[in-house]
Amino acid sequence: MEERSKKVSKRKAVYASKMKRAVHMLFYRRHKKPGVKGWELRKALGADYPKVLSILDEYLKPLDLQVKMVFEEEKPKSEKPALEELDKARFYITLRGDLTPKEAKMVGWRIDDLAGLAITIAYIISKKGKAPRKEVEELLREKLPGWKVGLNIDRYIRYGYLTQDENEQLYLDWRTRAEVDQKALIDLILSK
Amino acid sequence: MQSKRERAKIGRERLQRVIEMCKAVEERSLDPFLVDVDEIIRVVREFFPEWEQPEDLCLDAEAINRLASVVRLQSEWVKHRSTLLYTDPFLLEEKIKRMEKDAIVEAFLGAWHPIVEFEQISLHSLKEALRYWVSLPPLKDRWKEFPMPEEAGGAATREELIRLRILQDKAFTEELENFWNELKKLVSEEGEDGRIRYWDFVGAETYEETTHRAFMTSFLVTYGYATLEVHPLEEEIFIKPFDRQQRRIAKKQLVSIPIAITVEEWEKWRRGAKK
Repeated sequence: MEERSKKVSKRKAVYASKMKRAVHMLFYRRHKKPGVKGWELRKALGADYPKVLSILDEYLKPLDLQVKMVFEEEKPKSEKPALEELDKARFYITLRGDLTPKEAKMVGWRIDDLAGLAITIAYIISKKGKAPRKEVEELLREKLPGWKVGLNIDRYIRYGYLTQDENEQLYLDWRTRAEVDQKALIDLILSK
Repeated sequence: MQSKRERAKIGRERLQRVIEMCKAVEERSLDPFLVDVDEIIRVVREFFPEWEQPEDLCLDAEAINRLASVVRLQSEWVKHRSTLLYTDPFLLEEKIKRMEKDAIVEAFLGAWHPIVEFEQISLHSLKEALRYWVSLPPLKDRWKEFPMPEEAGGAATREELIRLRILQDKAFTEELENFWNELKKLVSEEGEDGRIRYWDFVGAETYEETTHRAFMTSFLVTYGYATLEVHPLEEEIFIKPFDRQQRRIAKKQLVSIPIAITVEEWEKWRRGAKK
């Protein structure tokens, strides 16, 4: 009996230590882009890293944070992704709930810029993930001063919300995939 | 009754139209269901027995390839429409135009979960940085490894640059234009349909001269003095001079064509040229 409880406490200690390591990796930026690839976590925490992340996610819940998994290339075939598929995913810590408009100002966004970003993302989603920059600029010009439109789009690109190809087509980029619940955004806009 | 040649001509035109239409759908993000796939397949099938020449078969293959891309787009379109994310762009555009900024922001905040990240120095990284600093040799010691050249620099004369083969005796543009005139003359004397085989133009008595001519030819093409015609099936390349230098069309996609100028190729050409 005593031996069993020893084993359990040892296992707990192992997971506590792995969780600490995961927190360091996920909260502190290691590369140019935030987030950590699945294979990096596997290398540092071992093959059971998905379990470590799910325990961490539970710990983060009361703090209104979550571990977010984003598939950058192909989406997994089944709902429960295989370890090889997880290796290619990128993991982030994101806010679980919503920000209030006041809080959004605190994270460095002006209301105009945030509204512009929302419109741009929603428009690109409605156009099957790709829209000509000119069309987006026209749409933004309805409510933003002309001189600001181009600067704002460049800023969204710089932050990783959008990307642009050589034909001036805009696409959603990694930060939108990580931070924005695309379906919820469309539903919320249409229900207003 | 149409002759075989006339029928082939009509077939070619129709395939060309099919290719253009599929290209337009692909490039301009048009509704892929504008293309009547069954009708195109009927046309392709109807004219297929007429094709004998490799170019016609290539045209047929390209039409099928373009059609396959449109079918792929149709499948993506159906998938997108069947997802919960599908929204009519016009409906959304209208909605966005009517919404107040505050309402848009409120909607966005309901769907936005920003990444949490810290950019903060830790005691551990400070310790590592200090250790690195202690082991780093002073700048004056490190720069000793790269002694400055003793000789003082001066301006090189044009003659020296020519001797070092950095500059040519003639100005480059002048040399290029002479080369272009040579190409035009050769094409008018020995060419066919305003063009000449690539190797018949660049090939020279020595391998070095051949590489130099190939180098100059690449500039003729890049700067719009001439163009290359590549026939992959026949493995033949022709060079065709323009009467006037062409300005680059900004939107046109530029293509690089690598051509190996190996000793083996040069010897093969020489053997062929001497026969």
